[in-house]
Amino acid sequence: MTDTLDAPKTLADGAEDAPAYPIQRKCPYQMPPGYEGLREKGPISRVTLWNGRVAWLVTGNELGRKLFPDARLSSDVLDPNFPLLAPRIEAQRQQAAAPPLVGVDDPVHARQRRMVLPSFGVRQVNALRPVIQQYADDLLDKMLAGGPGRTVDLLTEYALPMPSAVICQLLGVPYEDHHYFDERSRHVLSSSGPEQAAQAQQAFTEILAYLDDLISRKQAEPGDTLLDELIARQLEDGKVDRNELAMIATVLLVSGHETTSNMIALSTMALLAHPEQMEALRADESLMPRAVDELMRYASIGDMLMRVAKEDIEVEGHVIKAGDGVILSTMLMNRDAQSFEKADDLDIFRPSGRHVAFGYGIHQCIGQNLARAEMEIALATLLRRVPSLRLAVPADQVPVNAPFVLQGVSELPVTW
Amino acid sequence: MRISIDTDRCIGSAQCAVSVPFVFEQDDDGFSTVIAGREDGAGHPMVREAVRACPVQAITLAETQEA
Repeated sequence: MTDTLDAPKTLADGAEDAPAYPIQRKCPYQMPPGYEGLREKGPISRVTLWNGRVAWLVTGNELGRKLFPDARLSSDVLDPNFPLLAPRIEAQRQQAAAPPLVGVDDPVHARQRRMVLPSFGVRQVNALRPVIQQYADDLLDKMLAGGPGRTVDLLTEYALPMPSAVICQLLGVPYEDHHYFDERSRHVLSSSGPEQAAQAQQAFTEILAYLDDLISRKQAEPGDTLLDELIARQLEDGKVDRNELAMIATVLLVSGHETTSNMIALSTMALLAHPEQMEALRADESLMPRAVDELMRYASIGDMLMRVAKEDIEVEGHVIKAGDGVILSTMLMNRDAQSFEKADDLDIFRPSGRHVAFGYGIHQCIGQNLARAEMEIALATLLRRVPSLRLAVPADQVPVNAPFVLQGVSELPVTW
Repeated sequence: MRISIDTDRCIGSAQCAVSVPFVFEQDDDGFSTVIAGREDGAGHPMVREAVRACPVQAITLAETQEA
């Protein structure tokens, strides 16, 4: 049989036409070079990973929203066919068990998620808002105390310690220890450069050891935080073992750090580049929830979400075969012109979106309500209290994270 | 219209409770429920958007005959 136009395409077709992926962003909140071409090929195309492997790249919003909830796509990072974006992750994978919540499928995932879910509900998050506001004000008091004209790193002075303090409070981790895991969290999710391949794994192991020790201390002296509750309701009832509990706590602690802090930093940069929208927000804080939603869409910091196909899946004239790697690009889905008018523009007045910046399907970010509250408060407080805030270096000189990790910046020099 | 939530599917993302708090809320376990008496959506135009926002399609709408 000869090829026909109707024959469904597989990974073997057109692999020579599969560009290298991931691609470094030039601007931390904009599409990297090459995404335009991938978007034109959408909603699904092929890319070549660092190890020469070809994987599917899903770029269309509608298609991605169909595939995210599809149980035939697995998040099991221990599956030998799971696509990896960098050698660093390969090293991590060989040493560690699958990270709870993010690297496992149902029913394990559902059991773990249900364990921690009540603490991330809307009511619980709203109860934390005054605490979050206090942290934001205290950090800005300290930052502003040195007076105007100085250059400070907004990431280390504000954007990072705020979510760090909040997740510590929620989990029950003593905040006086935060320097220990602030730095290590960054290594786990955002360390750049090949020499840091081992560092990420070591950082994860060290945070895990810290939390394991904390569980012992809490068993001796119980409190009333999430970790204490998990010890009382799950560990001591034998529903979870100690190692799994320490791993869950580690994943929550690390995720609670880097994600929101990068979003606060990138949102600040993006708003400074759109002064008319920043002014509108400053004049009317009630616009903030919608603005945060739009900033999430616009920056799409968790751009690449990886899956492996467990069965053949036919989509859009293609066959994703069992064992194929699939990468869902949240940025390309969020910049899909079919779903968003003027998709590359930041528009805080955009009607409520259907973006997938928090993912979609069973793995959608469990901390998203907390993250939204933190971003709303962090940005509103910053705009209110530092009206003359500006970057201390040209925007194109702000150092951008490596492409295979959480998108963000490694520092954000500002002045006022 | 009658709203129902498949609690086996619900992952507690709270997208419904955030977008239409007049109709949806979360129970103590973190799962979504329809507020008693508002199973018909109370005519709220955002209910359909909540269905679409649900990341696991746990919310269904059954059209009911108008009397």
